[in-house]
Amino acid sequence: MTDPLSAAVPLSLADGPLFGLPLPELWFALVFAVLGTFLFLDGFDFGVGVLFATRGTDGEREQLLAAIGPFWDGNEVWLVVFGGMLFAVFPEVYATLFSRHYLLMFAILGGLILRGLAPEMYEQRHDEAWQRRWGQAFVVGSIASPFFLGVFVGNWLFGVDGMASIASLLVGLAVVSLTVVDGAAYLGVKTRGDVRLETRSFGYLAQVVYLLAAVAALVVGSRSAAHVDLFSLPTLGLLGVTVVLAGGYVAASRAERHYLAFAAVAGQVYGLVALVATLLFPLVDPVTGLEISDAIVSTLPLNLSSIGAALLLPLVVSYFVVLYSAFSGPVDEGESYG
Amino acid sequence: MIDPVIASRLQFALTTIVHIIFPVMSMGLAPFLIYFTWKEIRTEEQVYEQLRAFWTKIFAISFVVGTVTGIVLEFEFGTNFAAFSTAAGELFGGPLAMEGMMAFMLEATFLGIFVFGRERVTDRLYMISSVFVGLGTWLSAVWILIANSWMQTPRGYEVAMQSGQPIILLVDPIAAYANPRFPWMYVHMQNAAVLSVALFMTGVAAYYVWTNRDTEFWRKTMKIGLAVLLVTAPFQAIHGDAYGRHVADTQPQKFAAMEAQYETDSSVGLKLLAFPTSVEDITDPHAEELFVVEIPFVASLLASGDDPGATITGLDEFDSENPPVAIVFWAFRAMVGLGFWFILLAFWGGYRWLRGELFEDDLLAKALVGSSVLGILTVELGWIVTEVGRQPWVIQGVMKTHAGVSPGLTGTEALITLAGFVGVYAGLLTLYWYVVVRLIREQAPTRPATPNRDVSGPEKGVPGDD
Ligand code: HDD
Ligand code: HEM
Ligand code: HEM
Repeated sequence: MTDPLSAAVPLSLADGPLFGLPLPELWFALVFAVLGTFLFLDGFDFGVGVLFATRGTDGEREQLLAAIGPFWDGNEVWLVVFGGMLFAVFPEVYATLFSRHYLLMFAILGGLILRGLAPEMYEQRHDEAWQRRWGQAFVVGSIASPFFLGVFVGNWLFGVDGMASIASLLVGLAVVSLTVVDGAAYLGVKTRGDVRLETRSFGYLAQVVYLLAAVAALVVGSRSAAHVDLFSLPTLGLLGVTVVLAGGYVAASRAERHYLAFAAVAGQVYGLVALVATLLFPLVDPVTGLEISDAIVSTLPLNLSSIGAALLLPLVVSYFVVLYSAFSGPVDEGESYG
Repeated sequence: MIDPVIASRLQFALTTIVHIIFPVMSMGLAPFLIYFTWKEIRTEEQVYEQLRAFWTKIFAISFVVGTVTGIVLEFEFGTNFAAFSTAAGELFGGPLAMEGMMAFMLEATFLGIFVFGRERVTDRLYMISSVFVGLGTWLSAVWILIANSWMQTPRGYEVAMQSGQPIILLVDPIAAYANPRFPWMYVHMQNAAVLSVALFMTGVAAYYVWTNRDTEFWRKTMKIGLAVLLVTAPFQAIHGDAYGRHVADTQPQKFAAMEAQYETDSSVGLKLLAFPTSVEDITDPHAEELFVVEIPFVASLLASGDDPGATITGLDEFDSENPPVAIVFWAFRAMVGLGFWFILLAFWGGYRWLRGELFEDDLLAKALVGSSVLGILTVELGWIVTEVGRQPWVIQGVMKTHAGVSPGLTGTEALITLAGFVGVYAGLLTLYWYVVVRLIREQAPTRPATPNRDVSGPEKGVPGDD
């Protein structure tokens, strides 16, 4: 089934990996890096959503919504790209992982629907009952999305075949607390005054919960998953770095070095996905025992996806730079864009 | 318990049918918004600023709902159609990843600037943002339709066995992605989106004209919408006609279902009107049980392009089971019927406009109001023809739908999520409708109803109305 057009495709694309690069391993890393970017960027949207529950006045609530208003949609696309990339390069992993966690996937989607819709609805009307309800929906969606996503990542990492295990529930808790830290650090950059001061104490609390939950998840999870080696050098190293960054976040935030604090949180998020990736490696799906080399697509589509990603991802980064610089600087109480 | 195959198909049908409403709104609005932004910056006329600001609000809410419903679809290939995704991932995953990186990223980031940034960024960056947002929506259609068109006319692949499972390998990306269906689908879909939005705009504007609360804003909207309708409605039908010929060539079984042609025959007439002669036949229309008004030889002529005696293969001829003929047959007739109605509306409006009576014809206004959401309905009908007509195949001639469903999925799980979607999406559509109607009522410039229609109202002195 080939057309005459086929002669136009350079055969070399099907012959071997581009420039002889270890593309399967690079893609494995890239997929997790994209997941990490989603967790970092949309993570602060979720965190702001959780912290929304702690704000009493209209003005402050508007301020939080304004702080994420222009950004959340772009941030969420990293999840779409994560799904698309997994599908494109590890189709079998995408298919078995998603269908195995059928109800969990829809729980994530339900959370995302609430989180996406609620702020939009909140702004539509200004009566109290309406705003109370959509405010609650926003909080629930902002907790549910990262929680179920964390459980999913936990199931993936520990090779859980059922709905969830204690360890994956702990990962869920860890991810929710990490997003709260992320949100608080973001508000440190994006707001001033009371909001900044009050949300940051929640950030410190969440930081402690994150460390405890993450360590507990690892300890519990490693008992039933042979491939999770707690005492390997990379694991201990990443854990050490995380603890240092956690301390760094609190210290920087107290010293009013908000960008630094935010960066320390970013480091922790990428540390988390790096930990998941190194613990899995070279497996991509512990339940089926699929390794990177079994699950990767054949050379031609792999090369094509690599060219696509190499050309497009730098552009994508530039879009985010344009967007974030167009709306740089803090938002004040009661302020909203538009 | 319900069969997971049926539940998955119903769920996919429901979730795509709901999703497509919002891309149609955003893809269709995009060119209008680019135009309004351009005119606003160039002419500094207030009416363009109002037009841009108002329709951007509709765009923004459509986009949000499009995003949340789109992510569902992207996940569903894995959750519900795991066997399909595993087998076809090499060909199918790539376009989805490209769609994310190339289209959604562009769209979602510049949308932030486009919706929130009018006061913050320069005119130039604002203009660029409007173009990038529009480009993003149109590029996303490119990639998703590449994926879908490949399922209709698969090319450039080879089937291999991998641990007992068929795996579809990509051997020729150009043949696969530039498959014969893609250009047809893209043109028909994008024109349909613009046409649907033109109908919507015209309909909403006609409502204000009809209730005498129109301003310069709504008159302008009505004229712009009508002008676009005059171009897109005839084009859609002309293009659809040629498209049908292409379907006859590449998916003869689907074409036979569209025409309810069971027996192979030559010199087939084109059925201008076709209705089953008895009530039972409505659900299973057979060619010989139809009351038809037909032009002799023309179906054969159309299907072949030049031969009035050409043979059309009937449904009985194929080895695989038939698609649900009644659904395909009726959906196709409804699409074409509505297509001609839109042409009629466009010409009627055009004629009134020419005579300078566009805002005087109450019947026209009512017809336009009543048709405002029919464009979107027609898109749904067309997609039902395309997707239901492809059955029993998920990839035409390569993989059957039932073989594509996730092997481990239970009927209970599938039923839970299906029921969940019915509830959640009913709520979602209600909310969307509520918000859009509210925006139209409260955010658009109108003047209070006046009994005397000769009063030209507050738009007096505003330049720009021709
Ligand atoms: C405003 C919407 C609209 C209107 C007025 C029409 N169509 Fe359409 N049609 C669609 C919207 C659409 C669509 C966007 O829903 C579809 C589904 C897939 C596609 O490519 O376009 C479609 C598909 C579609 C197909 C292909 C089915 C397939 O791929 O299997 C054919 C043959 C036609 N149309 C033919 C027509 C004809 C002869 C029309 C005459 C008036 C017409 N369409 C009007
Ligand atoms: C947005 C417009 C679309 C609508 C309204 C639509 C509608 C439908 C419907 C009604 C079905 C059920 C058919 C049946 O089982 O009898 C279906 C199935 C399906 N469609 Fe679409 N579709 C759309 C676009 C797409 C696109 C763009 C893709 C792929 C990229 C796609 C892929 C599928 C798949 C995989 C199935 C399930 C398998 C099957 O039933 O054949 N659809 N769609
Ligand atoms: C059935 C297969 C489909 C899938 C898997 C799918 C997937 C998605 C996803 C994931 C999003 C959200 C992107 C974001 O976060 O910005 C989205 C939005 C969008 N989709 Fe789809 N989609 C499908 C069908 C279609 C079709 C048939 C079209 C048009 C021809 C389309 C056009 C769009 C557009 C323009 C958007 C942007 C959001 C909006 O404007 O509402 N999609 N889609």
